[in-house]
Amino acid sequence: MALLSKKDSKLILDPLADNNPITIQVLGICSALAITAELNASIVMAISVIFVLGVGNVVISLIRNIIPSKIRIIVQLTVVATLVIIVDQVLKAYAYTLSKELSVFVGLIITNCIIMGRFEAFALGNGVWRSFLDGIGNALGYGVILIIVGFFRELLGSGTLLGIEVLGNPVDKTGLYAFGYENNGFMLLSPMALIVVGIIIWVQRHKNKALIEDH
Amino acid sequence: MSKRTDSNLYTLLFAVGMVVVVGFVLAFLAEVLKPTITENKRLEKQQNILYAMGINENEGSAANFVSTEEAPKLFKEYIKKQLIIQNGEVEEDTTAYLIDIKKEKTLAKDADYDRRLPLFVGEKEGKTYYIAPIRGKGLWDAIWAYIAMDENMVVQGAYFDHKAETPGLGANIKQRFFMDDFIGENLLSDGRFKGINVSKSNADPRNQDKTDNEVDAIAGATITGDGVSAMISSDLRLYVPYFESLNK
Repeated sequence: MALLSKKDSKLILDPLADNNPITIQVLGICSALAITAELNASIVMAISVIFVLGVGNVVISLIRNIIPSKIRIIVQLTVVATLVIIVDQVLKAYAYTLSKELSVFVGLIITNCIIMGRFEAFALGNGVWRSFLDGIGNALGYGVILIIVGFFRELLGSGTLLGIEVLGNPVDKTGLYAFGYENNGFMLLSPMALIVVGIIIWVQRHKNKALIEDH
Repeated sequence: MSKRTDSNLYTLLFAVGMVVVVGFVLAFLAEVLKPTITENKRLEKQQNILYAMGINENEGSAANFVSTEEAPKLFKEYIKKQLIIQNGEVEEDTTAYLIDIKKEKTLAKDADYDRRLPLFVGEKEGKTYYIAPIRGKGLWDAIWAYIAMDENMVVQGAYFDHKAETPGLGANIKQRFFMDDFIGENLLSDGRFKGINVSKSNADPRNQDKTDNEVDAIAGATITGDGVSAMISSDLRLYVPYFESLNK
């Protein structure tokens, strides 16, 4: 491994599967329910979180030795909120159309528990480079699940992917719809996101029995 | 273990320092970027108004504005008059499009205040368009629209937008499949104002019946849809006297 040592690459790869923030740690569920009705929104959210968590982890790691432990949660919250607002303002000035797409996500990023979770659990106790990798890794793990859920919800709920009608047109009855196929409108509602996440959790634990917690 | 960072004084100083630094950074950034952001919003209004009267760069099923570089030129070219209607009196004003509908709505809660209603008169290929901005509430936050009508209050075009509706559900009011449904719908019914209802039960997904004062709703976006109906009903109603005076 030329670029990353074995320990470092584990920081990136672990959260993708065996220590996934959504399916294993069950964090960040709220935003996973809120914005996965279409694939496009899932991808945008995934990219935003990769950025915020990567940079946020670095900032927290840099100041980890001077943060007073009594108010560390507030400090972490301030760091996330500041980062998100800076990005939002800059986009509003120089990429207005994109910022309008993102406006809904701003609040969801600040309250995303994965971000606070990684700050608290990792960045506070580790060096800058490792914190950066950990941030990127966890955000990727989160993004992967978001994109899987978004894929199924948009495909089964609206019959489209990224807005393209892959199953035909439901009004004109072309493609699959000609054979009597109907979109499942229920897929667009948040409860189905929870059920899709549940199915992913089930499949993952079925494949890797070591992940099953005993109670 | 007693660390330097555990003392109350340090905690307090850190908190104060953090607030000052963060406050300074954010305030500085906001001030620096403010002119650019205001300009973006001004151009967006022009793009929205032009979009409603059919001057856009729509391709396939995506809604596309004219470019921000061209917007001011096209706005001058196509928008012949900008009117402010206040207490039945009509005045021309070239900055009418900058009126903040949100502020006007708040001020109008005071019964003594005469709300200023902006209306833009555009001309394209010999046809006159009357474009009115409206504003209301969606599920999470504000929704607004620019509705272009002919002199009989038949919708000629519409542009909807929102602040924070759910992506994939309520946010779809700014998709063409929803906005284009409004074209051709009559806001009047038997000569009286009825509005346009976003209906879940009109059983007309292709929207071929243009006289039913209804368009097809979006599945999973009931509250946003109701907000659209309510905003059309409450805001466009105010323009009825003006249209009546046109047809006298």
